[in-house]
Amino acid sequence: MMLIELTDVRKAFNQGKPNEFWAIQGITTQFEVNRITCLKGASGSGKTTLMSMIGCLSRPTSGRIRLQDRTISSLPERFLTQVRRHTFGFIFQRFNLIPGLSVVENIMLPAYPLGLKASCLRSRADRLLEQFLLADKASNPVEWLSGGEAQRVAICRALINDPQILIADEPTANLDSRLSREFMSLLDQLSKAGKTVLISSHDPVVFDSPVVDRVVELEDGLVVSGEG
Amino acid sequence: MIALLRKQRYFIDYTLGTMMRHKGKSLGLLTVYTIIIFMLASVMLFSHAMRSEAVALLADSPEIVVQRIQAGRSVMVPADYLQRIGKLRGVTEKRGRLWGYYYDPAVKANYTVMASEQDQLSINDIVIGEGIARTRGLSIGDYLTLRSHEGKAFSFRVLRLLESESELISSDLLLMNPEGYRRLFGIDESLYTDLVLSVRNPREIQKIAEKLTLLLPDSRPILRTEILRTYESLFSWRQGVMLILLLGSVLAFVIFAWDKASGLSAEERKEIGILKAVGWETSEVMRMKFWEGVIISLMAFLIGYLAAYLHVFYTSAGLFEPVLKGWSVLYPSFQLTPSVDGLQLATLFFFTVLPYTLATIVPVWQTSITDPDLVMR
Ligand SMILES: Nc1ncnc2c1ncn2[C@@H]1O[C@H](COP(=O)(O)OP(=O)(O)O)[C@@H](O)[C@H]1O
Ligand SMILES: [Mg+2]
Repeated sequence: MMLIELTDVRKAFNQGKPNEFWAIQGITTQFEVNRITCLKGASGSGKTTLMSMIGCLSRPTSGRIRLQDRTISSLPERFLTQVRRHTFGFIFQRFNLIPGLSVVENIMLPAYPLGLKASCLRSRADRLLEQFLLADKASNPVEWLSGGEAQRVAICRALINDPQILIADEPTANLDSRLSREFMSLLDQLSKAGKTVLISSHDPVVFDSPVVDRVVELEDGLVVSGEG
Repeated sequence: MIALLRKQRYFIDYTLGTMMRHKGKSLGLLTVYTIIIFMLASVMLFSHAMRSEAVALLADSPEIVVQRIQAGRSVMVPADYLQRIGKLRGVTEKRGRLWGYYYDPAVKANYTVMASEQDQLSINDIVIGEGIARTRGLSIGDYLTLRSHEGKAFSFRVLRLLESESELISSDLLLMNPEGYRRLFGIDESLYTDLVLSVRNPREIQKIAEKLTLLLPDSRPILRTEILRTYESLFSWRQGVMLILLLGSVLAFVIFAWDKASGLSAEERKEIGILKAVGWETSEVMRMKFWEGVIISLMAFLIGYLAAYLHVFYTSAGLFEPVLKGWSVLYPSFQLTPSVDGLQLATLFFFTVLPYTLATIVPVWQTSITDPDLVMR
């Protein structure tokens, strides 16, 4: 069953200017439900650009992106935000936790606009903290966390609104190989729990991992292998 | 509905948290902002109170004062002018006044000396304003020696002090018996300083003034409404001076606020990017920043205005003393009646809170409409 469908997607930066640059040069592919797909490629090959378009963080310059039966590439900004909020959870390369806030506050951040009951939101966060072995760190400021813990906080934050799809951009770049393998097994758990995962990496621990179902290789904005 | 309210609460909570995280910036901004509001509000409250004070004081002063002008200079008015005026329709009372200035070299200040009939003063008694009492160190029962027009020393006993509720005007006032006044200044029985006429119906005042100039061609009637206008322009002028002085600091504040509010630090930009990436809408990010602006400016406004209120009405605008000293050498230590002008309050509000809030919103808007994918990099 197809979940995400890309049709001749292209993305230009600084279009019309002398420094115009086509980061994605026409990609057609699909991503399936409940799979872990890895985007593999050298730095600068267009992985981040592609994932941010899929995750509704930006729009393609041309081409079409469908999410189930909706064309998201042409949605206005307001609706993009809605889709992003309910469908995607992001794990960024640099974690992007907000310093000064506690672990649990960082985790609850994506849920504030939903206006849930405070106790309800808090218990949801506590369950995630429990699951990712962070319960005793809940009220610590995030600056105190180690790399692996920060990573798990980022995962909790990505999961707080219970999204269908997880997008992780080079999530292991700041982790050693042991923590990277741990991260992959967490992804495996999530996948088994029904999440669809899209992960980018040029780290063999990731793309050679047994938990990855499919590897799509990018080069200069084009898919070179694993079209599917 | 409830979810909507809860949402606002989350945003406000988050905003408060953000402000606590940037304590230095928030506090600095709040302080400068509060000081500016304090200064502006002080000037406004002060001038408003002064004006209403003057209006109140003049309310029971005579409607028309008649001076005699000779060669463009005001001179003493012969007593028989009162008879020459005769019975004018609408005039309920007419009488002559005796008053003038007395320069006291001991304190290098002018007293306003007035002959008073109502007070039933004996020839050696005087009633003085607080300002004179203070500078000369006089209290009831003490003697004040004044030199007469022929150089003779006269000693007067202080019978009582003028009550200080009207000290703004009475600070340098000295009341004495009319007989004593004539003796001190060497003024003939047949002369007055000026004449005052009371008129009941304000619409008749103009007519009466015209009749007076016909009856007494060398006189000049001064209407209360004119005095009121003079007072008003005097107060506005003083307020203007203060406002100009303040303008510099206001400008500095505007630049400062613009810089603080509009210049988002890299950290704040990133935070906005993260919020958007995790699913906040542009409008929600803006609402948060809006609350930040509202909280800071409202707090500054309330604290500053309250402080100004206390400053003007409980410390008699102590900080303005240097500017207001020119008012009279004997600076009155008056107590202004608290009064607030709604329009002034609203003006101040709209010229401070509104622009600041806007200044915080604009850059956030610019940042938050850009694609949030920047945080991925
Ligand atoms: N905002 C931008 N303006 C101009 N060029 C950009 C911008 N963002 C990315 N690029 C370029 O697009 C290419 C692809 O970037 P990216 O998707 O981040 O690659 P990857 O994630 O695979 O390392 C790079 O060459 C990068 O320099
Ligand atoms: Mg990248």
